[in-house]
Amino acid sequence: MNLLLPIVTGVLYAAGIYMLLRRSFVKLIIGFTLLGNGVNLLIFLMGRLAKGKPPLIPDYADVIPGLYADPVPQALILTAIVISFGLQSFAIILIKRVYAIANTDDLDEINTTDDYA
Amino acid sequence: MNTLILRTATKYLLPLLLLFSVFILLRGHYLPGGGFVGGLVASIVFVLHALAFGAEATKKLLGLHPGYLIPIGLALALLSAMMPLIYGKALMQGLWYDQPVLIIGSLGTAIFFDIGVFLVVIGVVLTIILTLIELQKE
Amino acid sequence: MNENFIFVPLIIHLAAATIMLFAWGRIKFQRWFAILSNAAALIVASALFGMVWNQGIVTVQSGGWKPPFGITMVADTLAASLVLLTSIVGLAVSIFAAGTIIPQRVKYGFFPILQILFLGLCGAFLTGDLFSLYVWFEIIIISSFVLLTIGGEKMQLEGAVNYFTLNMLSSLIFLTAIAIIYGITGTLNMADVAMKLPLVEHPHLVEVTAIFFLAGFGTKAAIFPFYFWLPSSYHTPPDAVSAVFGGLLTKMGVYAIIRVFSLLYADNALISEIITIAAGCTILAGGAAALVQNNLRRLFSYLIICHIGFMIAGIGIGSVLAITGVIFYLFHDIIVKTNLFMVAGLTHRMTGTSSIRDLGGIYDKYPMLALLMAVPLFSLVGIPPLSGFWPKIGLISAGFTDHKWIISGLIILGSFFTLIAIAKLWAEVFWKPSKEIYARPNFTFWNKLGVKRKLLYLVPIGFLAALSLFIGLGAGVIEPVAERVALELSDTMIYVNAVFKTKQ
Repeated sequence: MNLLLPIVTGVLYAAGIYMLLRRSFVKLIIGFTLLGNGVNLLIFLMGRLAKGKPPLIPDYADVIPGLYADPVPQALILTAIVISFGLQSFAIILIKRVYAIANTDDLDEINTTDDYA
Repeated sequence: MNTLILRTATKYLLPLLLLFSVFILLRGHYLPGGGFVGGLVASIVFVLHALAFGAEATKKLLGLHPGYLIPIGLALALLSAMMPLIYGKALMQGLWYDQPVLIIGSLGTAIFFDIGVFLVVIGVVLTIILTLIELQKE
Repeated sequence: MNENFIFVPLIIHLAAATIMLFAWGRIKFQRWFAILSNAAALIVASALFGMVWNQGIVTVQSGGWKPPFGITMVADTLAASLVLLTSIVGLAVSIFAAGTIIPQRVKYGFFPILQILFLGLCGAFLTGDLFSLYVWFEIIIISSFVLLTIGGEKMQLEGAVNYFTLNMLSSLIFLTAIAIIYGITGTLNMADVAMKLPLVEHPHLVEVTAIFFLAGFGTKAAIFPFYFWLPSSYHTPPDAVSAVFGGLLTKMGVYAIIRVFSLLYADNALISEIITIAAGCTILAGGAAALVQNNLRRLFSYLIICHIGFMIAGIGIGSVLAITGVIFYLFHDIIVKTNLFMVAGLTHRMTGTSSIRDLGGIYDKYPMLALLMAVPLFSLVGIPPLSGFWPKIGLISAGFTDHKWIISGLIILGSFFTLIAIAKLWAEVFWKPSKEIYARPNFTFWNKLGVKRKLLYLVPIGFLAALSLFIGLGAGVIEPVAERVALELSDTMIYVNAVFKTKQ
């Protein structure tokens, strides 16, 4: 388990970046989804993995002894998921509008703003 | 998707899912749940209704345009965050009522903040989905 | 006024946005309410600046949790002065937007989203926690996406594709850096990280996070090689929106670089080297490209990039004199860049076009207005005694004092590029005899507008031009502020002690 999660995070990052470099706009958004999932998993990994130790201070002690399940990364991941949900819904509607106007999905042809006017 | 099975099932699932979303909202402080998840489940209710009966029927069911839920939720969250300032404490500090209320448990400013988040999420998701359904009809 | 006064600018912006969301579709109400609430925000921001100037750094914990467990809001001199500049720009842009944004765009919620943009900016300047900085950045970019595409014309949507992609990528890179910092130090409060980061066992991991921060913030600040989204998208939205973007959003990235790199990575020679090299390339890329542009707004977009290069060069040099120059440049640049895009909007309204080849003769037809428009154009170049001169002198002398000859030479070269571009612009747009202006449907030219709409155009341009003149002629007032900011930034213990409220 200790080695599997970093490998999965790496695979998600790699797959996300690969999809970001494709020519189609839809594949770009899929790349962002994968990359966002990879980042969320990275945040989760950074608060060390501890099985079965909830963050509750026992009666006899003042601080929690040893390793415990850290609640802070979970709050960070929740916020990050909410924000990326908003951004992805904007992206999907942007795809619909760009396709209606430019009639193509190909990012190499959606470049009239780069023309020398 | 105007099938008879979906319409009948929606008629029975609607109140159950709404109750479930309120349950998730109210248990959010000490157990998994909270405003965002409750809002998403509640908006699933209305999306299911829109898929089965059409967007106009859902708008009639809601009463008001879902875009108005967003400022109501924001105002509720802002007021509940500013309330501790009156008592001299810091912004967004939790003020809790001493006696526990019957079903909800302890009542405090955190619950009103969560209800505000709940309303904002319903408003946002319903605005997006209902606009998309209307765009598709054209 | 106790320390809770830090929250008042944020509460005003959020309350104004909520009230305007209730009044959805009421165009007249939203227009004057936006101007009113931005004026109120300006008064509150001035009061906050006065409080910070008299009392020193003001910190408050939200939620009452002790540091470093809660989210700290820190108002030091840099944050308070930038909040003040945000509210000045906010007032000017909301007056300009009340005059120029067409009713269809206002009906889709332009003014509430503009208020939420200002809320995000004030929150990002005032926060003292890394993840809270990420959340405020997201509020800023989501509102900027809406403002960029409101109205839905073809150019706006195509520009939005580039803008969206690069900004979302920079947010994800920034979030990766935050995750690694949480992993190696166990905390996210900026003051706490500043104390714990030198004690980490793997110093090379610290440099990795520095590069991630530079990539993430650098994309937002448009430094080389991350700047390509800016010329593709800044010239497409309506002029009020371009004014806010050009004046405030890139400076947001510069502020984040200043804050993070002066607090967390203070004495790292490799990072300063990398920042200086990136700044030099930015100046060359932005300046050289600005020389060949034909569209007025694209010219201003490339000049934004060139001048961001000046500020990043000062951060790379890193001495107290250089940081003074950077902060003074920041103050001057926010006002001037906003004013430039509003001037572009005014020339568009006068002649109906934005192409430099087709413009001409504005000095003949409207001499007084041409003089008003000359103030921001020549302040940008840096002609003494206008406001661009003093910070450039500060940056160049800081470069010479530290024996950094190449970057000082590049700053001088960038100023030459700006001079050539603006001189060419002045000759073509203002002095050349005017070309034929054809009547267009649904477009009232400047001379046929009513008095009220003309005032809505001229009052913000005049207000910001007067402010530029004040910064230039009264540099003796602005320079102590910049110097105090540089002194506060040079010693991280000042910030840390203010957050933890330890008595010295």
